[in-house]
Amino acid sequence: MHELGIVFHIIRGVEEVGRKNRVKRVSAVTLQLGEVSGVVEHYLQDCWRWAADRSELLKGAQLRVETIPAQTLCESCGEIYPTVAYGKTCPACGSAHTHLLQGSEMLIKEIEVPEENDIPPEPEGTGETQCPVCGRA
Amino acid sequence: MADTTSKVKVIEIKQSVFASNDEQARNLRGELKEKGVFLLNLMSSPGAGKTTTLKQTVKALEGQLRIGVMEADIDSDVDAKAMADTGVKAIQLHTGGMCHLDADMTRQGLEALGTEDVDLAILENVGNLVCPAEFDTGAVKNAMILSVPEGHDKPLKYPLMFSVCDVVLINKTDVMPYFDFDLEKCKEYIRMRNPNAVVIPICAKTGEGIEAWADWLRGQVKTWKS
Repeated sequence: MHELGIVFHIIRGVEEVGRKNRVKRVSAVTLQLGEVSGVVEHYLQDCWRWAADRSELLKGAQLRVETIPAQTLCESCGEIYPTVAYGKTCPACGSAHTHLLQGSEMLIKEIEVPEENDIPPEPEGTGETQCPVCGRA
Repeated sequence: MADTTSKVKVIEIKQSVFASNDEQARNLRGELKEKGVFLLNLMSSPGAGKTTTLKQTVKALEGQLRIGVMEADIDSDVDAKAMADTGVKAIQLHTGGMCHLDADMTRQGLEALGTEDVDLAILENVGNLVCPAEFDTGAVKNAMILSVPEGHDKPLKYPLMFSVCDVVLINKTDVMPYFDFDLEKCKEYIRMRNPNAVVIPICAKTGEGIEAWADWLRGQVKTWKS
């Protein structure tokens, strides 16, 4: 149910990067999602299609998801075990003194930009240096 | 299709989905510190008693702190009206279907509320134990209300919510005899998720425990303003 909000934040993040890199269009966004991040990929994809198509930069862009497996470290015996199978209790020694090493991530890994959309950097000293009120440079 | 043959360029980003929200939240907190406005983010499930608790809170702090309340809901303005009836400044925020508020929405809310005559601004987040916990609103402290009928095992089911809260109010203590609610177990589960959380049992209907809660708020606002 929080997927739509997360999608809006992904779009905002990518749009910021797009502006900085002077990109006109993005064809794909790769996300890294931890196994216990609480995000349902299926819902995320649905929300993505709806929201991305409303963004000029991301219209039609694909969302790719890479899963990061969840691993927990047992502080009592040092065992590293898969979180999804055993939760907070260490399967080796039964201790509850454990913490998640990885698996809660929600990262924007990279974006793909079609090359023909590259625009040359704006020459310096034009446009935005004018005063918006009097028009003087 | 030109796209299938044309080359693509990959731009590496490697940043958290929440990076820009977290930055906006930090900036907002900085501005609130300068203005001497304490922002509390109040969360709970629907029906846990946020609005009733706030009405009691306003009564307990009357004449001591200037309070402004932002009521966030998907729809309706019943909560904002209920708060305005208590005499405090209150506005309704509509999230447009979203299940939580983020830092940008909170900033817009504060601008609409006006903070120049407010010591304590309270954001009543959308009733939900999942999504509001993920988004830093820019609040100085996070509070949540867990009501007795919801059960003492909620900290196990919604770990993130309990780990981001500075204070947990356990509400509706008057109905404790009718439910299998184990207060000590509940405190233990909260400590498992968050050893630093302050737990205050209250009954918003009878006013029990409200003084302890008001004390906590007074202390926090004082520290923030100093």
